[in-house]
Amino acid sequence: MSIHIANVTKRFGEFTALDKVSLDVPSGDLLALLGPSGSGKTTLLRIIAGLEHADDGVVRYEGEDVTNKAPKDREVGFVFQHYALFRHMSVFENVAFGLRIRNTPKAEVNARVKELLHLVRLEGLGSRYPAQLSGGQRQRVALARALAVRPRMLLLDEPFGALDAKVRQELRQWLRQLHDEMHVTTVFVTHDQEEAFEVADHVVVMRAGKIEQAGSPQDVFDHPASPFVMDFLGQVNVFHGRLQDGQMHVGNIAVNYPEYTHAESRDATAYIRPHEVELERLPGDGTRLPVKVLHVNPAGAVTRVRVLSEAFGWSLNVELRPERYAELALRPGDQVFAVPKRVRVFMSDDYAI
Amino acid sequence: MQPNSMTPHSAIRRGPPTEPLWVQRLLIAAAVLVLTVLIIVPVINIFAYALQDGVGAYWKHLTGDADTWHAIKLTLFVAPIAVVLNVLFGIAAAWLLTRFSFPGRTLLTSLIDLPFAVSPVVAGLMLVLLFGAKGWFGPYLQAANMKIIFATPGLVLATMFVTLPFVARELIPVMQAIGPDEELAAITLGANGWQMFWRVTLPNIKWGLLYGVILCNGRAMGEFGAVYVVSGHIAGQTDTMPLRVEKLFQDFNLPASFAVASLLTLLSLVTIVLKVILENWKDVEVPE
Repeated sequence: MSIHIANVTKRFGEFTALDKVSLDVPSGDLLALLGPSGSGKTTLLRIIAGLEHADDGVVRYEGEDVTNKAPKDREVGFVFQHYALFRHMSVFENVAFGLRIRNTPKAEVNARVKELLHLVRLEGLGSRYPAQLSGGQRQRVALARALAVRPRMLLLDEPFGALDAKVRQELRQWLRQLHDEMHVTTVFVTHDQEEAFEVADHVVVMRAGKIEQAGSPQDVFDHPASPFVMDFLGQVNVFHGRLQDGQMHVGNIAVNYPEYTHAESRDATAYIRPHEVELERLPGDGTRLPVKVLHVNPAGAVTRVRVLSEAFGWSLNVELRPERYAELALRPGDQVFAVPKRVRVFMSDDYAI
Repeated sequence: MQPNSMTPHSAIRRGPPTEPLWVQRLLIAAAVLVLTVLIIVPVINIFAYALQDGVGAYWKHLTGDADTWHAIKLTLFVAPIAVVLNVLFGIAAAWLLTRFSFPGRTLLTSLIDLPFAVSPVVAGLMLVLLFGAKGWFGPYLQAANMKIIFATPGLVLATMFVTLPFVARELIPVMQAIGPDEELAAITLGANGWQMFWRVTLPNIKWGLLYGVILCNGRAMGEFGAVYVVSGHIAGQTDTMPLRVEKLFQDFNLPASFAVASLLTLLSLVTIVLKVILENWKDVEVPE
């Protein structure tokens, strides 16, 4: 079931939560709405579910206009951020709720609930109450409850937000696996870029009620459309400089930027990801930046190094492969040379903080 | 589990007291003294006076006098009606105030509390001014041959007004704490408004609701001021139990007056006992 959203606008008093948002979710897709709080991602999800009514714009399911359809008739599975399990009902009754509302025969209810409890690996916990479950178990009950009625799509609001890191990691992989088995169109909201990139087929980055960029995780990561996306997708080094004649000048370093060929000098900002900087022992051809090693953290899959350019007063975060780190044998205080392998430049008026 | 504004929970501080012994003794003595003077002695006194001529006379005071018997029946008729209407109003108001945001929401919240702030006598007068023979709606009511003031409908209205806040006040914090998510979840699972209310909302608010009903009922049976004004004080017609107590007292018929008073007290005690039982049930039922 595909979802089409066209020019959806939503205001809460003076605040514009969504500003003419248009989005297509292909059938069977697993899509992440990614953005900081207040970016409108949850509002968009609730409008898709019908829990919030758009001031303007159209929502279609597979071509059917559902803009004015009541949420109870939309056959959407919605998983709330804090699960919203019925606290006075057992796990079994929670999962059975949607089926009982539809007057499903008892035998069928029992079979379906059993099947779902198996699917979410909660067999034997049917008689427990929500208050007696862990966070991860509650989340799975919420998912089973939403799936029990065979919804046309699954919408999840910050599904792993309230869980601890290890459980979150497990549930993420499990959700991906579940989606691969069932192929139900799924949209989930998150503020965690790692989560979005790990789980989703498509990522939609939102900012201040608008879609900043939409694409595959690879696309968005490799070709961030704006400084905001660049910034949001994780730690990045930021430098301010001037752009002129297709070259970006930051300190003594010049980087070619043929897209911008204007003759006058303009303010621009360069973004360099920590893993896209190399450190060298030798000065090379003079375009390398002399830096001093401040701090080395070799714990983890990458070695994080913090270096300082004493000439310009910039500090720079660098991530090295452990082998490379061993080769360089860096010690705090060492003089080395930084070589940016990939620099992304945005004109300063593109993005004002 | 369910947060409840008016339900005190088990003692917060555990462990041995740290105050000197004389402070402990003094505080306990003060508490016992106040309770004895203000509550225990008067309550015992009421029953002592009521029963001073023996159980037979007591029973006769209650059932032998047609006007007294009518007052008892009237109170047991008016109070439940007022309670039921206030339950409907309370649920609707709590729903509106906790599930929707609209201009004037704060004003409405304060308005619900108004009956607590206004003297019941003023409330009664207001009803007379609206529905009395010379009131705003008086001529229309007369034309339709309907009587509100000096009649049972007036008693119900006055009782309702005075007890209006109890159920709503009890439910608003409960519904606020529970939040709308469970109800929305029910809707996304295909429930209509009724199904959502009966299967999700009501089970979640039932303790708060029962508590509100009990408080509301206690107040409704005991209401004096507002009812006094709208009833016209007609023996055998519009006298409720509290009014009957006062009338018998004014007539120096003390044993009969205390007999009715003791029954009223007994009804309140039943209410309080019910409340305590409910609180215990509630704590047992909800697993942590």
